[in-house]
Amino acid sequence: MAGGTSSIMETLFQRTLDDMIKGLRLQLIGESAFVSKALDEIRREVKSTDPSTKSTALHKLSYLASLHFHDMSWAAFHVVEVMSSSRFSYKRIGYHAASLSFNDDTPVLLLITNQLRKDLGSTNEFEVSLALECLSRIATADLARDLTPEIFTLLSTTKLFVRKKAIGVVLRLFAKYPDAVRVCFKRLVENLDSSDPQILSAVVSVFCELASRDPGSYLPLAPEFYRILVDSKNNWVLIKVLKIFAKLAPLEPRLAKRVVEPICDHLRRTGAKSLMFECVRTVVSSFSEYESAAKLAVVKIRELLVDDDPNLKYLGLQALSIVAPKHLWAVLENKEFVIKSLSDGDPNIKTESLRLVMAMVSETNVVEIARVLVNYSLKSDPEFCNEILGSILSTCSRNVYEIIIDFDWYVSLIGEMSRIPHCQKGDEIENQLIDIGMRVQDVRPKLVRVARDLLIDPALLGNPFLHKILSAAAWVSGEYVEFSRNPFELMQAIFQPRTSLLPLSVMAVYIHSAFKVLIFCLHCYILQRESITSSCPENLVLGVSESVLKREMPEDSGLIRTTCEALPVQGDKGFNRRASNQSSEVFSVENGGDRTINHGQTSTPNFSEKSSFTYESIVKLINLVELAMGPCMGSHDVEVLERARNLLCFIEVIKGEITECLEHKEKKKESEEMKASEIIKLMSDAFSEELGPVSLSAQKRVPIPEGLELKESLDDLGTICADIQVPPSNDSNLFSLGSPYNGEEVGVSASELESKEESEPSNEATALLTDHRKRHGLYYLPSEKNEIVPNDYPPANDPKLRDNLNNDTEDLVKLTEQSLVTNKKPNHAKPRPVVVKLDERDVVTITAKRPEPNDNLLSGAVREVLLGSDTRTTTSQHNPPDKASSKRKGKEKLNVDPSSKLKEDLGDSEKPDHENPSSRRSKHRTHGKERRQKSPSKPAEERENNGQKGKQKSSHRARHKAQERADAPLNAVSQTPVIPDFLL
Amino acid sequence: MIHFVLLISRQGKVRLTKWYSPYSQKERTKVIRELSGVILTRGPKLCNFVEWKGYKVVYKRYASLYFCMCIDQEDNELEVLEIIHHYVEILDRYFGSVCELDLIFNFHKAYYILDELLIAGELQEPSKKTVARLISAQ
Repeated sequence: MAGGTSSIMETLFQRTLDDMIKGLRLQLIGESAFVSKALDEIRREVKSTDPSTKSTALHKLSYLASLHFHDMSWAAFHVVEVMSSSRFSYKRIGYHAASLSFNDDTPVLLLITNQLRKDLGSTNEFEVSLALECLSRIATADLARDLTPEIFTLLSTTKLFVRKKAIGVVLRLFAKYPDAVRVCFKRLVENLDSSDPQILSAVVSVFCELASRDPGSYLPLAPEFYRILVDSKNNWVLIKVLKIFAKLAPLEPRLAKRVVEPICDHLRRTGAKSLMFECVRTVVSSFSEYESAAKLAVVKIRELLVDDDPNLKYLGLQALSIVAPKHLWAVLENKEFVIKSLSDGDPNIKTESLRLVMAMVSETNVVEIARVLVNYSLKSDPEFCNEILGSILSTCSRNVYEIIIDFDWYVSLIGEMSRIPHCQKGDEIENQLIDIGMRVQDVRPKLVRVARDLLIDPALLGNPFLHKILSAAAWVSGEYVEFSRNPFELMQAIFQPRTSLLPLSVMAVYIHSAFKVLIFCLHCYILQRESITSSCPENLVLGVSESVLKREMPEDSGLIRTTCEALPVQGDKGFNRRASNQSSEVFSVENGGDRTINHGQTSTPNFSEKSSFTYESIVKLINLVELAMGPCMGSHDVEVLERARNLLCFIEVIKGEITECLEHKEKKKESEEMKASEIIKLMSDAFSEELGPVSLSAQKRVPIPEGLELKESLDDLGTICADIQVPPSNDSNLFSLGSPYNGEEVGVSASELESKEESEPSNEATALLTDHRKRHGLYYLPSEKNEIVPNDYPPANDPKLRDNLNNDTEDLVKLTEQSLVTNKKPNHAKPRPVVVKLDERDVVTITAKRPEPNDNLLSGAVREVLLGSDTRTTTSQHNPPDKASSKRKGKEKLNVDPSSKLKEDLGDSEKPDHENPSSRRSKHRTHGKERRQKSPSKPAEERENNGQKGKQKSSHRARHKAQERADAPLNAVSQTPVIPDFLL
Repeated sequence: MIHFVLLISRQGKVRLTKWYSPYSQKERTKVIRELSGVILTRGPKLCNFVEWKGYKVVYKRYASLYFCMCIDQEDNELEVLEIIHHYVEILDRYFGSVCELDLIFNFHKAYYILDELLIAGELQEPSKKTVARLISAQ
């Protein structure tokens, strides 16, 4: 179809790249139409037999692909054709297109191996460079394998221009084909000796990159790097070498001792900020235990901080945050600057300084810092405001509120934070409100007050981010209603009209809290009335009967106090409820003079006169609830609907009796009254059961009941009762009824769950149990689980908060450190309230080891090369004998596919090249010493030219070493088998 | 190492892309969209580093063009800034006070220069003169 003429026509009238770009730029709107037209043209032109037309088409296509992201994989074959063109300009277009568009899955890659090989061996160094560049981008395992010999040759070519590129390509080569290490590594190492700055720069970059993936393997090369560090004047190279040392130093303490001085020298001397910063970073990250170096680095950091350049400022802050964990003084020294940076214009700088501020927080200054930060958050933009709030929350909650002493303050701070207009940290605050409520008993009165303030504020209801907080506040108010000053007010707050704005899930919590409040009010009312109407013994009996609930919790024995719910009634007014302890309850209803037994609690809220429960107020309350529940009965949400119905039914049950027995106050219809009050009491008891945090490992401590086969596979069971709910699923239902956190928190397997269920005794009152269930459904709180667990099951506490998960490892470390320390901090003016924590031995250590599979092969190969033949490198200081061995090694490999050049050098072909590497390695290892002694002589024979030098060097080395080895610590050797003596 | 190099105009037009790490065409567009959103909106007197998905992006604005390079977390930002500057100087030397249009119409040359400067995501040629000489020799 494309005859001679049309081809000429095409060539003549083909649009060049310039034409296309111009055309493209003229298109203001219809760009895509233009592009698709151009693509059509390209598709036609690229098929042309004329190389010029073809390459121009390809050129245009690469333009569209790289800048307009049009797919060009369809043209892969044409790319290969253009690549193989003999003219350099066409070839270049082809290579460019290839490196642009080829990936590992490109099928035509198989076709280019030979082309690449040919170009790599070309006499035109630009062609070689093209091929190298392309290879550095597209090499696959196959290509790498096939072209390794070529690269090996190029690694020692005299054309520096090509050699440095070959060095760069090695990086890709090793990544794709680790076996290439065995061939090329030695030559790569040799290049470290090069005097040419380009080569050095390239090879150091490669090693920097390799070492960052697997530093351990490159320790034997430390002497070479050290030499470069001391000798080189090139900042590019120095930066890379510093990076390498930053990686190597932690692995070998003796190395650190050796290099820290030269690094400090550079730090003092250099004028280049980039090098200076790199020195600082190296020092603070890897050499921070060297006091003088760290001090010097901090001085330099300060220089960076006060610089006008925002870049340096940012980097200075970053360096500070690296240094912070080990040298907090450095941060404190620059405290003012850090605080000032919080109001910097640059969000990055702000974030960085925030991080630093948080690093400074301690229990002594947390109040002050939080105050400053909250003020900043009020002034700043929403995003940063939330960042501030988030970091306050996470820092304060770190390690179970380690740094908080004054929880009243913290709780009110949370309240304050909730009111910050931009606050979007609802989830976090929700978690903490509940968590603090459960863990810190002393703060509950304050917590309830804060919760009330939040609930009562109609303005908060409008902010969707706060709904979670409100739900927590509602839960807190319901759960700890006994601390409430005015339950009626609370009820009104819960049912204020704007609550219709709440999402249904929160509404459900509200309703349940209302339920609790209502029960509380009724309970109080009844008790109060009973105590007036009679000093009857049956009340006492009733009260005592509840004491079956008492549970012993060995773990918290320190905390356990007998709790009384004493209701000393004075007249018919003000009554006093003292409630609850961490983990146990005894309800004893007593009359008259026999009142509070326990004085463990200091905070005893008194209901003032006005809030005492009169008949009218109770009826009003009931009516209010009924009224509010009405609309909820039509809700589509099951949770809301069910809870509302429960509440209404309850009211239904008691309402009649309450009113009735009130009417017949005088008559004392005992039986009926008892019925109503019994229900109420039961409910109240159920609700006043304490909720506590649960340990991560709680499940594990459940003793496995006899006869329970945990190991047995349950698979068969599945087939047997395919349609029946098997116990485990039932069980998990029970525990996680609507609680999404369950699995995550405890991470229980089905079998464990089963064991738990098995051990669950049925002696607990069913009513209680159902109630718990209800509660579970109601509030998605994982910690509530321990309410269900049986008596023989020790209560446990959650070592860390859900929100704290990111601090896991840190926490774990701290927790273990603290395992023997009591939770109370002795020397505070105000005693820190007890924070329920779990005993640390329960902490499950989560190994955060991340496997790095893809580097295994590579590092294995590198180690093999370095350890295998580098025992000598290390001992004889990479001098010629070693090189000889490396060459030999390379040749050994290359005997398989020899290149002409190599054959010339192959003087030592009869040498025992056929030893396999592993045997060689073991030999080197075992006879390291002898080898070292021999090395100068034997390999020197192989390479006369530089053997002489090597002899001198290594013998010197050996002497040097011999004297130093004597006082070298032996233990370090075990860690790194091949430690350069030089470092000793 | 350098994962990719982008040249983005102030209007968000891409002028040059070079990927040293494997990214599919789809990822590339996404990366560019995200980054130009982040970088182009940053004010003039802010620092030249952006943290992005565990990487750092170092960018610098020259006239209407943003030169961006994405590097690893532990790489030296200042060094990369120097590489960018280096690249710009070489371009300048090659084109003779380079402008955006030069790069638009000679995009391949910009690539060749970049290829001389960097290989496999590492700096390979720290000398400006050499790069210029090599480029003109080709």
